[in-house]
Amino acid sequence: MARTGSARLGYEGVAVCVPVTIPYSRYSLRSAHWFCGRALAELIKGAGLAKNDVDGFCIASFTLAPDSAVGLTQHLGVSPRWLDHIPMGGASGAVALRRAARAVQAGDADIVACIAGDTNHVDSFRNTIASFSQFANDAVYPYGSGGPNASFAFLTDHYMREFGATKADFGKLCVAQRDNALATPHAMMKRPLSLDDYLNARPIADPLGLFDCVMPCAGAEAFLVMSADRAKSLELPFARILSTIERHNAFPDDPIQIRAGWAMDVDDFYDHAGVGPEEMDLVQAYDDYPVICFMQIEDLGFCGKGGAAEFVRAHDLTAAGDFPFNTSGGQLSVGQAGAAGGSLGLVETIRQLTDQCLGRVVDNARHGLASCFGMINYDRGLCTSAAILARGDR
Amino acid sequence: MSEGGLLSQLMGGILGGGIRVVDLTMTLQPDVPTIVMPPEFGQSWPFRMEEISRYDHRGPFCYWNNLSCGEHTGTHFDAPIHWVSGKDLPENATDTIPVEKFLAHACVVDCSTQADKDPDFLLTQNAIEDWEANNGKIPPRSWLLMRTDWSLKRDPAAYMNMDADGAHTPGPHEDLIPWLIEERDVIGFGCEAVGTDAGQAGHFNVPYPCHYHMHGNNRFGLPALTNLDALPPQGAVLITPPLKIRQGSGSPARVLALVEGS
Amino acid sequence: MTTPLPPPKKKDPVERTRQPTQPPGNRSREAQGLTAMAAVGRFALQTCAACGQVQYPPRQVCGQCLGDDLPWQDVDPNGVLLAETKLHHANDLFFRDRVPWRLGVVGMDAGPSVVAHLAEDCRQGDRVKLSLNLDRSGHAVMNARPEKPGPNQEDDMQLRELSMDPKDRRVLIVNGKTELGLALARAFQTAGAREIFVGHGEPWKASASLEAIRAMDGVTLFPLDVTDTDSVEELASVLGGKVEILVNNSYHLRPGGAVDRMDMNVSREEMDIHYFGLLRLAGTFGPAMRGRGADSAHGACAWVNVLSAYAQINNPAFGTYSASQAAARSLAQCLRAEMAAGGVRVLNAYTGPLDDEWHQMVPPPKLAPDMVAGRIISALQNGHEDLAIGAVAEEIAERLAENPKEIEREIKL
Repeated sequence: MARTGSARLGYEGVAVCVPVTIPYSRYSLRSAHWFCGRALAELIKGAGLAKNDVDGFCIASFTLAPDSAVGLTQHLGVSPRWLDHIPMGGASGAVALRRAARAVQAGDADIVACIAGDTNHVDSFRNTIASFSQFANDAVYPYGSGGPNASFAFLTDHYMREFGATKADFGKLCVAQRDNALATPHAMMKRPLSLDDYLNARPIADPLGLFDCVMPCAGAEAFLVMSADRAKSLELPFARILSTIERHNAFPDDPIQIRAGWAMDVDDFYDHAGVGPEEMDLVQAYDDYPVICFMQIEDLGFCGKGGAAEFVRAHDLTAAGDFPFNTSGGQLSVGQAGAAGGSLGLVETIRQLTDQCLGRVVDNARHGLASCFGMINYDRGLCTSAAILARGDR
Repeated sequence: MSEGGLLSQLMGGILGGGIRVVDLTMTLQPDVPTIVMPPEFGQSWPFRMEEISRYDHRGPFCYWNNLSCGEHTGTHFDAPIHWVSGKDLPENATDTIPVEKFLAHACVVDCSTQADKDPDFLLTQNAIEDWEANNGKIPPRSWLLMRTDWSLKRDPAAYMNMDADGAHTPGPHEDLIPWLIEERDVIGFGCEAVGTDAGQAGHFNVPYPCHYHMHGNNRFGLPALTNLDALPPQGAVLITPPLKIRQGSGSPARVLALVEGS
Repeated sequence: MTTPLPPPKKKDPVERTRQPTQPPGNRSREAQGLTAMAAVGRFALQTCAACGQVQYPPRQVCGQCLGDDLPWQDVDPNGVLLAETKLHHANDLFFRDRVPWRLGVVGMDAGPSVVAHLAEDCRQGDRVKLSLNLDRSGHAVMNARPEKPGPNQEDDMQLRELSMDPKDRRVLIVNGKTELGLALARAFQTAGAREIFVGHGEPWKASASLEAIRAMDGVTLFPLDVTDTDSVEELASVLGGKVEILVNNSYHLRPGGAVDRMDMNVSREEMDIHYFGLLRLAGTFGPAMRGRGADSAHGACAWVNVLSAYAQINNPAFGTYSASQAAARSLAQCLRAEMAAGGVRVLNAYTGPLDDEWHQMVPPPKLAPDMVAGRIISALQNGHEDLAIGAVAEEIAERLAENPKEIEREIKL
């Protein structure tokens, strides 16, 4: 689908650097403020900056309430001249990136810290989904209160019957991601997973079993956006931005979700980036449930609609394979730290393109695609975003 | 009061033996039936009782109740003002009846065998005359009490004994009442059924003759008595004061009898 | 094919009774419109007055043309089942106690896609019919069943949570002496009630209906006089832990108003029977029923008040009666809120004039007892909570919604 309007500016001169992960835990007594604060501490330590050198913040979190990014500035004692709070959950990573990049390009901020973090107290996940949105409160949560498990069970059930995907196809993806996760130090799930384990798992919400569902946990993901010149002067390895997209409430007339906003923007995305899907050396897709990975593989142009199952059968999705996919293990094996899930793939892409991997390395990676998805407001995810990064020059 | 005074003698009899005190009163409780009137008429409230407190948060020191009921509930006293025939008589209400009238002799006519055979049994002048032949003439200003053992019927439905044509309970014959008033000068009529008239008395030539004539002649009624089997045919003294209700047509009463002998 | 309902078991004396929980009851103001429709058994959604778009979930602005006039209109309840799932895990306690639980997404012929509770015998791709029902929290939920229902569909365990089906439940009918009492006893028996208890007062007053009830199998008579606190307490101590549906059929109609017939005794009797009677029943039977709201698939589920439609608007020909009915209606709302904690729902059945001796002077239409009883059973089976029975009651509901002043002026002596 072609984009309309005038040609977009590129992201020349912008650097993405200092990938940070605050290690995940299943439950934490810490607050979201702690996770965001620790992320900022790691960012300035990694960059060799003072706290006040960071003059822009872009925050994503579900559990800061009643605070927002505003309260966090006082909490952390910072005085930024540019501040954003992105309420897009799983789609926040690439959206934060593109906002921050434009701020740096325009000179509204010099160094923007993009931080996504959430805590997970006992019962905070239930509280989050119990008051997620007006439509969810009114028309989803009272129905079994299954949260995203139920929503993705619908999408998976429909997708399987519509396009002939099987449990084994989803299983292959989950097993490959687990293999990737075994080398990631902060991954929550470190036991090897076989296809049999996957297929025989405890049912959660048919057709979803235990290994189809992310585990909610606490943690944070963060990175810095600054000018390439600044990154070079700080001697920071960085990645460049080739293109980004975002879209909200795409295809509202589809009776049930089989595609999302990427499909509206994919042509513009690659045009703007100047590279195509075949040039991606690694893909980090949003993966709270495998069915949404299948939709991303299709909507981002790696195959046609309904072709993802066949595509997954034909490719090796491990970091060493011919389609390196969610190379840290993804949320399915690392865990879903709330809104940080929306930055996990982007942070892993930065690591792969700046030679700072914590786990499996994709050899000679030059281009990486990170894709984000979020906010099941009612019956479907509303927000999509994606970014193509390239290895930066030193 | 000297040792040999009348009241001392009375109390000596009560405390030392020689005089028994018999309770002729039914226990007031919610299932005590009251007279049934056609539904389009006003109805008497049944006896109801709501706890005010029982040594609890509503009153930690005491147990007490609020009561409600009609004037003619349970064992009760009918005053002349109760009936249209007695409405204009002097001293006809519970607060104006001279109190000495609340003490009187009682004559007890045992109709229990007849009533057992026939719920519509009516007590007649002939039967009274037979009774007088054995027990002596009814003294003036005495109660005439009709013993039927009807009060032994504990099941409210059996006690009321209602049918499509009304209640079937024993009572006085319509000709008996004028005779009792004119010839024997009784103070009133008492019985064990829910009212002083027979169950079918509404169908008599003068409906409810006992009420009509007794109250029209400033006499009283004493229905729903019990324990009449413990009284001798002659000689008992009844104590029957109703509550002193302003212009009251009657009231539940604790009816006691004093009986000589042990 | 729906799995047949397992018959009720005798209670295990050492097992703790499952405690009542409620499904999530947090709703927006807009969504309460669904509750209003479900309460009276309508399937209506917001429909844009400007562009005709049917809206779901409820909202304040049209999702198509941004119009803000979104009246509730009856819409086609049919659609296709697009997706289904069976939850084996739930975050909320109510569903956690009841998994597995089936859900589906229905693409309505009317437009919207709807997440709905899903009957056992629906499969993806099937034609289904949606209904709005009140769940145990008293809020409306969407419920999908096959367009062509299969045998014993009322046995569906999820549906049973949304309904107050008398099948295999024990029912107490208060004031069984009337013709309606008899009709109710018969209707509950036909609907598969496990046991029927009938309370009646003033046993010395004969009643042909009571004799007919006495002759029925599976029906037990108990003395019960709602004006007598002792009597109500006594029966509650015997039956409180057994009654799963209580029908308050107390009825004491006398003509007359305030000016033309000022009669404190009659008015007090009306209040004593309709208002205090309900209060006595509520205070004695309510706690036990509320505690058993989740006691297996056969737990306590409903409290039915047979009320007059004049509880909602005074009919001066029956002025003090109407007032006592209004008092009872208000108390029933209190009861509804209090019983909600146990998931026990309160159904108010508003009747027009019954065809009995007290309505001899009222022109038709008058209600036959069998019809009233049948409507009450059906409202229980479908989970409604406000039921207008008969043309008069329906007209009153409609006119009240339209212009309460108009009907106040027009109800004639």
